[in-house]
Amino acid sequence: MDTMTREHPSSQQPEQGTSSRQIPITVTVNGQKRHGVVEPRLLLSDFLRHDLGLTGTHVGCEHGVCGACTVLMDGDSVRSCLVLAVQAHERELVTVEGLASGDTLHPLQQALRESHGLQCGFCTPGILMSMVPFLEENPNPTEEEIRIALSGNLCRCTGYQKIVEGVALAAEMMAEGSSPEDVGGAES
Amino acid sequence: METRYFGKPLKRNEDHRLLTGKALFVDDVTLPGMLHVAFKRSDFAHGRILEIDVQAALERPGVVAVYTAEDLGDYHQPGPLLLPAPPIEGAVFHPRMQVPLAKDKVRHVGEPIAVVVARSRYIAEDAAEEIFVDIEPLDAVVDLEGALDPDTPKIHDDLESNLAAHVVQSKGDFDSVVDKAHRVVRRRFFYDHGIAAAMENRGIVASWDARDQQLEIWDTTQAPIAIRNGLAGMLGLAESQVRVVAPFIGGGFGPKIMMFYPEEVLLPWISMRLGWPVKWIEDRAENFVATTHERAQIHEAALAVDENGKILGVEDTFIHDAGAYNPYGLTVPINSQCTLLGPYDVPNYRSEFTVVYTNKTLVTPYRGAGRQHGVFVMERLLDLAAKELGLDVVEIRRRNFLPPDAFPHDHGLIYQDFSSLVYDSGNYEPALDKAVKLIDFAGFESGSSEIEPHKRRGIGIVCYVEGTGIGPYEGAKVTVEPSGTVSVVTGVGTQGQGHFTSFAQVVGEQIGVDPTKIRVVTGDTRLFHWGAGTFASRGAVVAGNACHAAALDVRKKILKMAGELLEAPEEDLELVDGKAQVKGVPAKAIELGELASLANPMRGAVEPGTEPGLEATTYFGPKHGSTASGVHAMEVEVDLETYDVKILRYVVVHDCGTVINPLILEGQIQGGVAQGIGNAFYEQILYGDDGQLLNGSFMDYLLPTSMDVPNVVGDHVETPSPLNPLGIKGAGEAGAIPVGALFAQAVEHALRDEGLEILEIPLSPNRLFELLHDREGIASTEESGS
Repeated sequence: MDTMTREHPSSQQPEQGTSSRQIPITVTVNGQKRHGVVEPRLLLSDFLRHDLGLTGTHVGCEHGVCGACTVLMDGDSVRSCLVLAVQAHERELVTVEGLASGDTLHPLQQALRESHGLQCGFCTPGILMSMVPFLEENPNPTEEEIRIALSGNLCRCTGYQKIVEGVALAAEMMAEGSSPEDVGGAES
Repeated sequence: METRYFGKPLKRNEDHRLLTGKALFVDDVTLPGMLHVAFKRSDFAHGRILEIDVQAALERPGVVAVYTAEDLGDYHQPGPLLLPAPPIEGAVFHPRMQVPLAKDKVRHVGEPIAVVVARSRYIAEDAAEEIFVDIEPLDAVVDLEGALDPDTPKIHDDLESNLAAHVVQSKGDFDSVVDKAHRVVRRRFFYDHGIAAAMENRGIVASWDARDQQLEIWDTTQAPIAIRNGLAGMLGLAESQVRVVAPFIGGGFGPKIMMFYPEEVLLPWISMRLGWPVKWIEDRAENFVATTHERAQIHEAALAVDENGKILGVEDTFIHDAGAYNPYGLTVPINSQCTLLGPYDVPNYRSEFTVVYTNKTLVTPYRGAGRQHGVFVMERLLDLAAKELGLDVVEIRRRNFLPPDAFPHDHGLIYQDFSSLVYDSGNYEPALDKAVKLIDFAGFESGSSEIEPHKRRGIGIVCYVEGTGIGPYEGAKVTVEPSGTVSVVTGVGTQGQGHFTSFAQVVGEQIGVDPTKIRVVTGDTRLFHWGAGTFASRGAVVAGNACHAAALDVRKKILKMAGELLEAPEEDLELVDGKAQVKGVPAKAIELGELASLANPMRGAVEPGTEPGLEATTYFGPKHGSTASGVHAMEVEVDLETYDVKILRYVVVHDCGTVINPLILEGQIQGGVAQGIGNAFYEQILYGDDGQLLNGSFMDYLLPTSMDVPNVVGDHVETPSPLNPLGIKGAGEAGAIPVGALFAQAVEHALRDEGLEILEIPLSPNRLFELLHDREGIASTEESGS
């Protein structure tokens, strides 16, 4: 059971693994071109979080069930833990960091705050990135339709009711094109 | 007029950061030179370690170090034991604690054996795969009831058996009422509670800086201060050299207050040894085996009633599964034991429990923490007695409630906080009345169960109490800064409960500052290092009252200074919109920020004994816990083709004393109900006879989704607690506690034509089918006392 330690790597070069094969990729994330050199096995979720520093995308299960890591790829919701970074080459990605424009939150972000549709907030980025394209496709959903669309995202805190209310409120707000009451707060 | 913030449904201050992806979670921490850690864990539930060969792992490029138990030297210590034996006469307790890395023996699947440090997590996991561990398998102890059989293998060789604890508590004399009873209902109950499955797995980043001799740790813990103090002791550092930060935590629910997890002990040690920051983030597969569980209890219980359905006494004997180690003491079974009594007048009670070690992941509290087991037993016994007596389920509860003048009510038992089980206040009947009305219980009863040929409808209603807000204490520091910004710092960690908002409301109420302008920091030991942590529905009660006390102290300082400056008696002043002003004379006012500057003079003399600034640090500790209560009701539809259960309506009437923020409270209740529904119908941890976890993924262990959780209709009764100035009782666990009991009652009611008794939770479509088609599976005996 004898163990030993080796020198700490003095180099701080990014290195995801031992595979000698490193593939250059270019992705557009939230409107910006980003480049990376990645191992073929690197998950898109890890590329976004650790290589690009976009830590708003969360990883909850790494087997495609919880939905916390959902991002938009060419406009569609995908689970970034089930996509390899190399598959995102030359694709257009939107993450939770790209939803608000400047200080103005997306109506769905505003509505979830209004409705108390988040508690710990860990699943929230994935829920936003699932529900934004849903509302684009179905701007006037029924409660049942919202619940079906939401059923691919797990939330352990809220019991979903207030998320459903928030999505319905967002649909209303988007239909009216209105800005809801001030969403500012201590941190806005 | 001073503005009211307390009690208002304010939107949360913390949401903006969370909604824009800017909130800091542990896995978001990145430090220069940071290395990554992966664990080699046991594939066997029980076995002797014959050999560990790490050479191949160590040779993998990018690997920096590999450690086994041998390398830890004296640092390889079990424990610590968090809670000793409770002060209950005759209590037997044989605690055995987890170790950082298994040595000689493994005792559950997922127990860490070796740790790899590498340049990336990918490399670390590759290397962990290459560690060769030769284990001689031993028979696994899985079955609770078989754990104490003489020929069952021992999990801890130095113990005489797998007995972890044995406790008897009683009041009155149950045996004396058995003969007098009109009926004695006796059954065997099985209640299995699932895992917390917080969306964020655990994680730790540790960084030792040799230059300033400081250790910084980011940890997904519910108790950062206790982690700091414990680690300082283990590592031979002063507590002030260790900073533990619990930043935003993606759900806690109990298992994140277990300490110390092996990973928590190892990461700081590794960072100090290597001189580099290290990070470990648990993955979901690890979470299923390495993060603590709650699991099953088996109860044999009896309820003695008179001819009017009045409770004469209860007797309960149960067995509790500790898992492989028991560092958390007896909190969970004591909760079961005490919470069983519910809101009822039970003059005679005898409760005996046996805790056994098994080759499974450790059991520690998970939201409800054993309370639901007790509630299930009591509520089911009442339902069965009601049936025998021809009473309805509402009436038998009503007849047995402790009356409003019975408080404080001392049960003469010892609770999980080691103080007496005393209900501080309560008023149960109004809540029951409200729930009966909201669910339209009377209207339903008259109807038929058969709606469509294959669908049956049923209704249920259950009651419970929850001991909340236990001590010892928490503290808070409130500071008015010269900018006018108010800062509140408290030691409890936050996992989504809205502390950044509700604590701001508590403070804002006293010093007249809008809560959106109050910056709350929780869980950073560098800013506040006294306190116990977030558990037992105690954050709002204990830390909330500490915030209140500190705000009152700051208010006094403000009034004194402002009175002198404005040349007005203090009682003529009010605090409004960040100013102190003479009542009704806004022109005679001074900004709090300006007062704060004046309270910190750079020149001149101050009165002896003067404290600088507008700041106060104050503590609060309740005499004992406060008892919240509630009633849940629901209407279900059972499909006899699919055996699915659909919840048509769900009602919660809850009493947690004074409410700080009704919006946040609703969220807590609804979320709790969702976890209760998971517990009742979806979630069950399944082990094979060999101690292998059979359903360790979200594909197999089902969490309820938006399709499964109904809208909850809620209402409140407010019976303030006399034990704290704000009158608060805890609410965090209330939603989850009675759902299993309710599910059983409502489904049983829907299937009343089938004559089915449901004596176990969780159910599932499969299990319901089995129960209906294999009545042999129901273990029940009955006896009649008169």
